[in-house]
Amino acid sequence: MLSSSDLTALLLTLQLALLSTVILLLIGTPLAWFLARTSWRYKFILEAMIALPLVLPPTVLGFYLLLLLGANGPLGSMMQAFGAQPLAFSFSGLLVGSVFYSLPFVIQPLQDTFSNIGSRPFEVAATLRASPLDRFFSIALPLARPGFLTASVLGFAHTIGEFGVVLMIGGNIPGETQVLSIAIYEHVETLEYTKAHILSGGLLLLSFSLLLVIYALNGRFKVVRI
Amino acid sequence: MKIRAAFNIQRNIPLNFQFDIDAQGITAVFGKSGCGKTSLLRALAGLEKHSGAFLKVGEDIWQEDEFFVPAHQRPLAYVFQEASLFPHLNVRGNIEYGLKRMQQDDSKIPLEQIIELMELDLLLDRKTDYLSGGEQQRVGIARALAVNPNILLMDEPLSSLDQARKDELIPYINSLNRELNIPIIYVTHSNEEIARLADQLIFIEDQGIKAAGAMDQLLTHADLSLSHRPQAESIISAVTSTYDEVFHLNQLNSALGPFLVPGDALPQGKPIRLRLAAQDVSLSLNVPKDSSILNILPAVVKNVQDENLAQATVFLDMNGHTVLARITRKSVNRLQLEAGKKVYAQIKSVAVLA
Repeated sequence: MLSSSDLTALLLTLQLALLSTVILLLIGTPLAWFLARTSWRYKFILEAMIALPLVLPPTVLGFYLLLLLGANGPLGSMMQAFGAQPLAFSFSGLLVGSVFYSLPFVIQPLQDTFSNIGSRPFEVAATLRASPLDRFFSIALPLARPGFLTASVLGFAHTIGEFGVVLMIGGNIPGETQVLSIAIYEHVETLEYTKAHILSGGLLLLSFSLLLVIYALNGRFKVVRI
Repeated sequence: MKIRAAFNIQRNIPLNFQFDIDAQGITAVFGKSGCGKTSLLRALAGLEKHSGAFLKVGEDIWQEDEFFVPAHQRPLAYVFQEASLFPHLNVRGNIEYGLKRMQQDDSKIPLEQIIELMELDLLLDRKTDYLSGGEQQRVGIARALAVNPNILLMDEPLSSLDQARKDELIPYINSLNRELNIPIIYVTHSNEEIARLADQLIFIEDQGIKAAGAMDQLLTHADLSLSHRPQAESIISAVTSTYDEVFHLNQLNSALGPFLVPGDALPQGKPIRLRLAAQDVSLSLNVPKDSSILNILPAVVKNVQDENLAQATVFLDMNGHTVLARITRKSVNRLQLEAGKKVYAQIKSVAVLA
């Protein structure tokens, strides 16, 4: 039913979403923990920056990333000087873009969960000989499990739906940067409505099932907090 | 366990807490709500860090100038106002949390002893949210004891419980102290908990430590506001003796002398406390021959202080112990009560605190 190019796009999309989610959890957990626990007075600046992708047109984000990562951009030319390929129009570039694009969808549920735990369980653990790092692993992580589920699903689903950023920095290279949303766009452009239907319907079903899972497991779930 | 502490706690009103005590048994930190009792306890635990503080517990300095031992490195345990059990662990997991983090060579209280003491053997595999408030607090106490602390800090552990649960838990706290011999610092604003549990008091008033010492002496100290409150009282230790089956009276040997207390038979030889409300002690110059009052004991007036235009407090020396009597100024005047006067104290009622 799926053409081989569509199948490639699907696998690429899943791969991108999965890798982005893993990277986001690795970066997002300490960052969300810091934001939830710090009394730093300028943390709102960081919070505003993280929330930017919620309101910014993805094309704007993509545009700046293109300038930054492209062959002539500061980061791109630096990488070329070291003999590496610039990130623009590559899978790695998409990955960087996705991480920025989906950052608030991972940080915010995590930060919420960490804040909701409050300081009491950590104080109790401290009086029971647990060091700060021990408290993070033995108390914070297990108590934040619903937040991790929400963050993972949202980060994953949101990355699958990415279009504007990909268009700007990824282009449409099959097997490298052609993800589902781009493939759908191309099908519509070339009036292949049946193929567009299959991909769109599949994406709709997938996103809906993912959201069903988190809403069902997590009654008090909030999508985003601004 | 000697504790020497000096804390300057900066709040909207600065608090200056300094004391030097030998913590034995249960030392209650007592004062009105909002006086800073909990802040003091948190500072002792290292949960709050205040600059310029000094704290020495036993032979170890826990805080001095820039030196600060973090909470998880202090050999103490803390029982919070709400049991604050870890919701992701069952009862056993909670109790073993601290135990698992002790050094190999740390001396330990056998876990079975703690579980037996707090009567938790049937609850071990339960999830924490299916426990009653009293059970939760018992798990909280067991969890704290499992790390075999040198000192146990308790922050109003009963205040979130109803009266029935309080009555249920108090014997456990008392037995802790008797069986395990761990000094306890116990924050409370409840007169009843002071009367039933405390051996010593750290009394907070006017943003500072007003006095620290033996509980019974502080409660009846003429210079402290404690003896001038409407609910002023004297706490006397006693041991149960024989029981009068005919009239249902317990015969007690108290620090003041023999005492009769009506009610069901108490087990013989049991150490108890008697609570004598100042309002329930009246005075006469002679032994009243035809009084209905059972407990009439000789006393010597130490001091008389007016409380208001109508009432005065008489500080009595009874067998070396101070007992308070709250009577009218008119009676003081009529009986010509003054220091050194010999009187008879009639104790109208007494509460037995087992």
